[in-house]
Amino acid sequence: MSEKKPKRREFLFTATYAIGVVGAGVVAWPLIDQMNPDASVKALASTEVDLSSVKPGNTITIMWRGKPVFIRRRTPDEIAEARAVNVKELIDPESDEERVKNPEWLVMIGVCTHLGCVPLNDKGDYNGWFCPCHGSHYDISGRIRKGPAPTNMEIPKYEFVNANTIKIG
Amino acid sequence: MSDHEYTPKSKAGKWFNDRLPLLTLANHLTDYPTPKNLNYWWTFGGILTFCLITQIITGLTLAMHYIAHADMAFDSVEHIMRDVNYGWLIRYIHANGASMFFLAVYIHIFRSLFYGSYKAPREIIWIIGIVIYLLMMAAAFMGYVLPWGQMSFWGATVITNLFSAIPLVGEGIVTWLWGGYSVDNPTLTRFFTLHYLIPFLILGLVVLHIWALHVPGNNNPIGIDVKKPSKDTVPFHPYIVIKDGFALLMFMIVFAFFVFYTPNILGHADNYIEANPLVTPAHIVPEWYLLPFYAILRSVPDKLLGVIAMLSAIFILAALPWLDTSKIRSAVFRPLYKQFYWILVADVLVLGYMGAMPAEGLYLLIARVATAYYFLHFLVILPVLGFKEKTLPIPLSITEPVLGGTPNLAAAKNKESFKA
Repeated sequence: MSEKKPKRREFLFTATYAIGVVGAGVVAWPLIDQMNPDASVKALASTEVDLSSVKPGNTITIMWRGKPVFIRRRTPDEIAEARAVNVKELIDPESDEERVKNPEWLVMIGVCTHLGCVPLNDKGDYNGWFCPCHGSHYDISGRIRKGPAPTNMEIPKYEFVNANTIKIG
Repeated sequence: MSDHEYTPKSKAGKWFNDRLPLLTLANHLTDYPTPKNLNYWWTFGGILTFCLITQIITGLTLAMHYIAHADMAFDSVEHIMRDVNYGWLIRYIHANGASMFFLAVYIHIFRSLFYGSYKAPREIIWIIGIVIYLLMMAAAFMGYVLPWGQMSFWGATVITNLFSAIPLVGEGIVTWLWGGYSVDNPTLTRFFTLHYLIPFLILGLVVLHIWALHVPGNNNPIGIDVKKPSKDTVPFHPYIVIKDGFALLMFMIVFAFFVFYTPNILGHADNYIEANPLVTPAHIVPEWYLLPFYAILRSVPDKLLGVIAMLSAIFILAALPWLDTSKIRSAVFRPLYKQFYWILVADVLVLGYMGAMPAEGLYLLIARVATAYYFLHFLVILPVLGFKEKTLPIPLSITEPVLGGTPNLAAAKNKESFKA
């Protein structure tokens, strides 16, 4: 036959396969996306905390989105210590000023950035936190100083509603 | 499949077999010619099949009583242990069965390494085996999460967080795996679903594994190609069936010892504490069968590289048929490889021990050396050894060494007539 015919067939086959792949992808997406956080999980996105009972030098732990959040009322010494560090020497360079809204209050997600364990308060080589799982040491600003964790402990979105209350999320 | 035509004796059998040749398959499986020198290390395939069936049956029965919900899972497991008739027995068999499964699979894998069973023409059998091994690890990990104890929760947290090491999309993938912002109820329910699914995937792959095995036939301790059927082979039934059965009984004694006398020795006491998202146990350790890989993960000081090293340690096995350049299969005829083989065995055991110890000081140093050696073995020693090693002469047949070099024709003839 003429040379055009097989080409037309090939085109039709390729077009059919392409549509088939797109169709399969469209059908697969809801099945994949159903595993993402659902509406009820997202609804728990913010929480308010009363800080009036926290004494200087103490840390409280609250739950936010299933994760612990550390709120530490730092003493002046601790603030000075956190700010005396040479930022350039850090694994994940970040100044203490960038990490707090009010230097007295350090608010951060209490989850080790290595593999997600909860670090222990007032432990480790840098007077901050120590993760028992794989030995990461954090300083009093929650910055990674030693160990396998790649980044500083994360700061959640938060704001001071008034002097004694913060809203996380 | 079978080398000879098979016709069922009965008329009904023939009628059925013409429409669905199941009887031909059964005949192939019973007559399947097997090298007659297979030793007890070859019985672990059968033992592993037993382990899989045991896990599926006990798992199905446990699922009738277990509740996959973050608020109820822990209590439902205690309910199984205390209230359900024989629930303690079924759960202990299932929990220890996982360990027995891995014990058997490690022996099976190291047998393959010693006798070169992964080499041509058996690469596909080997690769399917590695996939089964990966699925086993996934199933074991997710199963361990289901009781929702402290080790369950924090093991799940640490392992899923491995994916956060992936640049850019890592965090998104972890959130997707969790179905939330931490390990929680959505994580538990999906793990239960997958834990239920994977054994059946494994079952399917086991069929392919055996199918691929039956194309070239079994390797054997001297690693030579065997003519089938011949004086070098025996039919699978009854010879291998009985031998496998005996080995299985021995294995079941070990299994029963753990189940009845020390059912919790392989677990962690922390897992009898209900999951608490605010407190991480002081010492998180995976189950014993994952320890070598855990040691590799921890011995690399960088998060992403640590994850890559750990995964490479598993995936490197899939490339083994091409990394080992030696044409000789069995270590029996490879004097140098035999020594390196035992060093590797020791190396993996050391890694396992280091995985259970805290990652600091001397432990960390030893773990690093052992990790480096693990990769050295596969990436340098094996490829070079194939070219450098002076191997011993291999016999022409299995019968030859037994009969002293010259094939005993009379004996061979007898066997042949017996077969026919």
